[in-house]
Amino acid sequence: MTTLIYAGRPPYRTTATAAGDDLWLASDELAAATGWKLEPQGLCQGDRCVRIPHGHEHELVRETQRQGSRLVNVAALARLLEQPMLRDDAHGVWYVGDAAPARRAATRSLQAPDFTLPDLDGRLHSLADYRGKKVFLVSWASW
Amino acid sequence: MWQALYEELKASNFVVVSVALDSGGARTTESWIRAAKPSYPCLIDERHLVAELYGMVNVPNAVWIDETGRIVRPSETAGSSDSFRTHLDRTTKQMSAQGLAERERTRTTYFDAVRDWVAKGAASPFALSSDDARRRLPVFTDEHVLAAAHFGLGQYLHAAGHRDAALPHLAEARRLHPESWSYRRQTWELEEPGKAGSATFWAAVDALGDRPYYPPPL
Repeated sequence: MTTLIYAGRPPYRTTATAAGDDLWLASDELAAATGWKLEPQGLCQGDRCVRIPHGHEHELVRETQRQGSRLVNVAALARLLEQPMLRDDAHGVWYVGDAAPARRAATRSLQAPDFTLPDLDGRLHSLADYRGKKVFLVSWASW
Repeated sequence: MWQALYEELKASNFVVVSVALDSGGARTTESWIRAAKPSYPCLIDERHLVAELYGMVNVPNAVWIDETGRIVRPSETAGSSDSFRTHLDRTTKQMSAQGLAERERTRTTYFDAVRDWVAKGAASPFALSSDDARRRLPVFTDEHVLAAAHFGLGQYLHAAGHRDAALPHLAEARRLHPESWSYRRQTWELEEPGKAGSATFWAAVDALGDRPYYPPPL
C-alpha cells in the first residue's frame, strides 16, 4: 500500500506501488487522489488543463491490459507542474506540495485564498462564509 | 486578546477569525479556547494550512481582508512587540513594569489601526493600496514551498506514530524556512513537549541579535 498526500488533499491510500522515482495510478484513482483527470486535450483539474509535452507521453501516461484503463505517473505530473515532491519509502508515503510559481501568482492577485477548517465542536467554517464583512484573520497557538 | 476588540467592532460589519496553528488539534487547544470564551470563530488548523496560504511565520500574525475578499494588509505582527526579549524574567516568566507598559503601547497602537480601518474602510491610511500591499507580500521561494512539504510529510509521519522518520523532515522544514517561528516552535514541540518555550527557544531568540522577533507592522 502507498499513501499519497497531494497538495493539501486528504491522504489517499492506493494499491499502486512505487517504481523507482515514479508512481503510476489508474486514471480513476488519479482523479480521487489529486483531482486531475485524463482528457483528450491532456490532464485537467477543473477548468485548468495541461497539455502533455510532445515526446514525453510515455513518462506520463501508460496503456494497460484492461480496456479503457490507463495509468498516469503522479511523480511526472508533479515534475511537470513544478510541485515539490517527497517520499518516505519505509512507510510508503508520497507527499506532493503546492508549486511555488502558482502560489506566487495567486498571492500577487491579492485575493484572499479560501480555506475550510473546523472549530472545537467540529463545525466547519470557510473564509468565504464571511464575505461581505471585514475579516481580521489572526493566528495563535498553544506552543 | 481579541475578544474585547471584536465585541467593540462587531456591529460595524467586522469579524475576527482566529486560527490555531497547532498540530495537537483539539487536544492542545481546547483548554485555551474554553478559558478565553471567544464569541468569534476559533478554527483549528492542525496542518498549518492558513500559515502556508498566507505566509504567516509566527503567532500572532494577522491579515486584513476587506468585504470583497481582497487582502488590504498581508500577514504581519498583530499587536505584539519584542519587549519580552529584554523585560521578561526567563525563570519566573514575570514581565517588568516597563515591559508591560511597552507591550500595552504596541497593542493599543495596533488596535487603533484596526479601529480606523473598520471605521473608514479603504479611506483609512492603514488599508493599503494594491501596490503597497503587494510590496509587503510574504515571499514564496522554492525553499519555502519545499519547507512546507517537509513540514507536511513530517507532521503526517509523526501523527502516524513514525517519530524517527518524521524528525528529519521537521528539522529540514526549519532549515529551509528559518524565518518561520511557527515551524520552529511547532516542530520543537513535536520533538519534545515543552521544547518550544525552552532554552532552545531562548537561544534562537538571542541569536537574532539586532533583528526583530516581531517585526513592527506600522
